[in-house]
Amino acid sequence: MTVIELQRASKSEQGQGGAGDVPQIRSKNLNLFYGDFQALHDISLDVPKNQVTALIGPSGCGKSTFLRTLNRMNDLISGVSITGEVLIGGQNIYDKTVDVVELRKKIGMVFQKPNPFPMSIYDNIAYGPRAHGLKKKSRIMEIVERSLRQAALWDEVKDRLHSSAMGLSGGQQQRLCIARVLAVEPEIVLMDEPTSALDPLATLKVEELVTELKKMYTIVIVTHNMQQAARISDRTAFFLNGKIVEADETAKIFTNPKHKQTNDYISGRFG
Amino acid sequence: MNRILEEKIVKIFLFAAAFTAVFSVLLIGIFVFMEGLPIFFKYGLTDILFGSVWNPTNQVYGIWPMIVGTIYVTFVAVLIGAPMGIGVAIYLVEIANERISKTIIPAVELLAGIPSVVYGLFGMFAVRGVIASLSRGPLGDVLPSNYQSGYSILAAAIILAIMILPTIINISIDALRAVPREYKEGSLALGTSHWQSIYKLLLPAAKSGIITAVILGVGRALGETMAVIMVIGNTPAVPALDWTGLFAPARSMTANIALEMGYAGPEHQQALFATGIVLFVFIIVLNSITQLLVRRRREGGAK
Ligand SMILES: Nc1ncnc2c1ncn2[C@@H]1O[C@H](COP(=O)(O)OP(=O)(O)O)[C@@H](O)[C@H]1O
Ligand SMILES: [Mg+2]
Repeated sequence: MTVIELQRASKSEQGQGGAGDVPQIRSKNLNLFYGDFQALHDISLDVPKNQVTALIGPSGCGKSTFLRTLNRMNDLISGVSITGEVLIGGQNIYDKTVDVVELRKKIGMVFQKPNPFPMSIYDNIAYGPRAHGLKKKSRIMEIVERSLRQAALWDEVKDRLHSSAMGLSGGQQQRLCIARVLAVEPEIVLMDEPTSALDPLATLKVEELVTELKKMYTIVIVTHNMQQAARISDRTAFFLNGKIVEADETAKIFTNPKHKQTNDYISGRFG
Repeated sequence: MNRILEEKIVKIFLFAAAFTAVFSVLLIGIFVFMEGLPIFFKYGLTDILFGSVWNPTNQVYGIWPMIVGTIYVTFVAVLIGAPMGIGVAIYLVEIANERISKTIIPAVELLAGIPSVVYGLFGMFAVRGVIASLSRGPLGDVLPSNYQSGYSILAAAIILAIMILPTIINISIDALRAVPREYKEGSLALGTSHWQSIYKLLLPAAKSGIITAVILGVGRALGETMAVIMVIGNTPAVPALDWTGLFAPARSMTANIALEMGYAGPEHQQALFATGIVLFVFIIVLNSITQLLVRRRREGGAK
């Protein structure tokens, strides 16, 4: 980790809200099983509002699994069982009364591999709002423009909104997917290694974007790139074998971790 | 050196096989056209194609009734079979759990393996019976008396609809399964319901494959002979083109050829070959559409 990154990391720490804030997301003693295999052990984590929380750890340690518990994407996998609670805005999202579809409107997700739909750029962005019942063309156009601007993609695509999204570069596709999420006006954006399939330049753009977006959204980002976590996150949770070893302000995790395992990981001794 | 020779031999062999396939199609085509074309010259293209009387004993060979009968029955069959087949495919891919799909899929496969004469039997006794009681009973006052036997376009269409189900289901399943899982996840993550994801994303993404499935179903329905003969009534008359036509006994092009070839004199034979030409053209058009779709799908999907 370079000095500059450290400085950035500590700078972002200062911008945080006070300790008294109610966390936007709070997982309490969360356990998750794929059949008999326990992938998450007793995860308790608070995610503050309008901050970037990074989940780091070696591959297979449960980062994606945890992220996907936050918008209940694991519901799609058969044989998954969950104990414990995830409170979002004070409500346990695993409560029987929760409408998963409504929940997912509030919690957007960006995937590891860019997954634009096989339709035009415009239709990709309009997809969510339309599905939620918006019909008025002028309003949809407004949303398309706003979302693409927020995702820093507008200038690159404004002249070809109606050509296929599949023709965009990987980095553009990923920003399109981010724009598509923003079009639904979520409160929280989950990102699962959003830059792992991108080249360094595209990665940089997405990172800048994340930093920009936290003004309006709460962001949880999985990354196995520690520099990235240090550069863009306010808080970091270190996962190992399905457990959280340590979760704290990013600067602390990277300069002065409490646990030896964390130190070993961030100094590149394993993973 | 040896391996190169071996490769050469295999290549030649495979080429010969491919050539034989193409050659057979060509040969059949040429044969059918050679036998059938003279009658078009003798009586005129329009009289043969659009003549609505088929009376070989008096040298009148209008195949229009069979063309209309074929199109009518195929259309109704697809109208019933396509939504059902696509529906089953969606159900199996998206909704049914593994245990259910493991029972349904073999059943569908079995459906494909039943000989058409057995479908014909079923149609003749079960389907025709139900239709007859309808056309004699509640519809008895509306339908002409010759539309009341139950042997009808509707009976044939229902049987054909069942017969094309396996084609439509299997190919639609492949098309739906070929849609990347990431699309569905992306859609659901935006807070759309499962059903919305299916009809707004999955179906459009699988569109060309599903259309291919339907077209292949059409081809299968067009070509089916035995089961149709057993239930359609085989009257070479143009059916009424309103809904009552559903109950009309009619004759398909395939039935026309199969029923009469056995005793046809030379000119009559030519007229049957002419029927074959029309059928051939139908199939060629269908296949070209399929080819076009497949090519477009390969060239990259979107829109
Ligand atoms: N659908 C699944 N079924 C069974 N096991 C799974 C499934 N998805 C992930 N796992 C297992 O759960 C553990 C955590 O996986 P994951 O959350 O993907 O890790 P990470 O994102 O940190 O690389 C791994 O051991 C993985 O093999
Ligand atoms: Mg992962």
